[in-house]
Amino acid sequence: MAAARSRSGSAAATAISARDVAVRFETEAGQVTALEDVSFDVEAGSIVTMLGPSGCGKSTLLRAIADLVEISEGGIQVFGRRPEDARRARDFAFVFQDSTLLPWRSAIENVRLPLEVGQAGVTVEQHAEPEELLALVGLQGRENALPHELSGGMRQRVAIARALVCRPRVLLMDEPFGALDEINRDNLNEELRRIWEETGITIMFVTHSIPEAAYLGQKVLVLSAHPGRVREFVEIDLPIDRKLAVRDTVEFIKITARLRKLLEPV
Amino acid sequence: MAIDQTRPNQSRPDAMPTDPAAGAGVKSDAQRERERRKSFLYQRGPAIAVSVGLVALWWGVVVVFGIPTYIAPTPADVFAVFVEQGDVLWINFWPTLLEAISGFIIGNLVAVILAIWFVHSQLAERSFYPIAVFINTIPIIAIAPILVLLLGNGYAPKIVIAALICFFPTLVNMVRGLKAVSPQMLELMRVLSANDREVLLKVRLQSSLPFLFAALKIASTTSVIGAIVGEWIGSNYGLGSLIIEATYNFRSPLLYATVILGAGMAVMAFGLTTFAERRLLTWKPSDVF
Repeated sequence: MAAARSRSGSAAATAISARDVAVRFETEAGQVTALEDVSFDVEAGSIVTMLGPSGCGKSTLLRAIADLVEISEGGIQVFGRRPEDARRARDFAFVFQDSTLLPWRSAIENVRLPLEVGQAGVTVEQHAEPEELLALVGLQGRENALPHELSGGMRQRVAIARALVCRPRVLLMDEPFGALDEINRDNLNEELRRIWEETGITIMFVTHSIPEAAYLGQKVLVLSAHPGRVREFVEIDLPIDRKLAVRDTVEFIKITARLRKLLEPV
Repeated sequence: MAIDQTRPNQSRPDAMPTDPAAGAGVKSDAQRERERRKSFLYQRGPAIAVSVGLVALWWGVVVVFGIPTYIAPTPADVFAVFVEQGDVLWINFWPTLLEAISGFIIGNLVAVILAIWFVHSQLAERSFYPIAVFINTIPIIAIAPILVLLLGNGYAPKIVIAALICFFPTLVNMVRGLKAVSPQMLELMRVLSANDREVLLKVRLQSSLPFLFAALKIASTTSVIGAIVGEWIGSNYGLGSLIIEATYNFRSPLLYATVILGAGMAVMAFGLTTFAERRLLTWKPSDVF
């Protein structure tokens, strides 16, 4: 995997930057503004969670970064590239709420999918070993299992391994653990922090769970709804190598209380 | 009443082990039960019993009411035909089989290719789908004479009829199957910058297989119907022509034997399709996407 880099100090590069982004949709009822006036920067190698009430456009924002939604105004850059160019260069990978595994392919074959499509020839030299990635997400020995033989949590682990196979610089995650039970979710939260530390990848993670946002994020981008705007970009002051137990500390509860307050309607 | 509950794991006295070796005995009882349920007789026994019963009923009715053979033969009469006129039946079996198989392949192949085109071109779908629906609404028996006039008296019109009858269910199912891909799966392919061809080959085709096989199972039996109907009109070979000839000459045992042979062909085709489905669809289609 990529070498772990120093996280403290020196001016890190910007992984994602958004400037005055607006997204509007045409519907039968007229124009709907999903996002307006959204600006923020995500530092390379950091992990940022995005939190907001439903309908605040957090998924839309993530999709705009991934070139799945067209922005109406402003600009987004991923490592200095427009989303479309970043997509073609495989600068980012996307993990959906649904694991989106192909049911006829085994775990390892699903992880290999990104190497077989798109500009696979370009990325094939620098890709990670699918076997190593499955081990990284804790699925060694299950390489040949079909998706229906795996639990929901395991399927999501396969999806994460698949996202990492082209060694992206950014991992975009849209409520990836939203459909899992709490125990699974906690485990995967801890694992994701570990994977982030081991790979040094930049992660942008959408969630509607306040504890998840606070535990995972170095920073939490809080959005407000109708239209979606940046309410506040909150720095989370918790240790880098935090364990799940950190959620039972007073500091953590203070942070979640503050986030909850920010989510209240203005 | 609550006293019994003090030893809950012994709530089934009949299954209680009575000696040290009996623990294994209880387990093998359950195993035997499971094997019994998997056995051929357990699975197929009831259907076989009902079939035998129906044949006996048929025989009994014909004998008891003294029905003449030319109106309804007994099972024995029909069996005699298979023994005595087996060569006639076989000579007419092969052309019908050939027509049914050719029609099955051509009809389904055209349907699959059209479905792939429709999924990639809305214009094609809007242009041709209504025509396909219209052609499907014409009774096949009404098209048959037209095709015989157009294509002559050989294999061609029969194959076309068999192909036509297979075509529509496969087209409809295949279009649905190719479109039965979750929006998120398509978004994933977009993030991976996959082109249409890659989406088709890596995602759409496999996910359409359950739909395709549902249609192929229908087509496997209807292609036989198509071939037989095609032979009804101005043909002097095949099971269809044998049916017409036997009917007009009141050779009822031969008629029945021909019908049974035709049904056997359809059942065989259905069985082969189901077998192919089981081999190809080892993954669970139920939790696709």
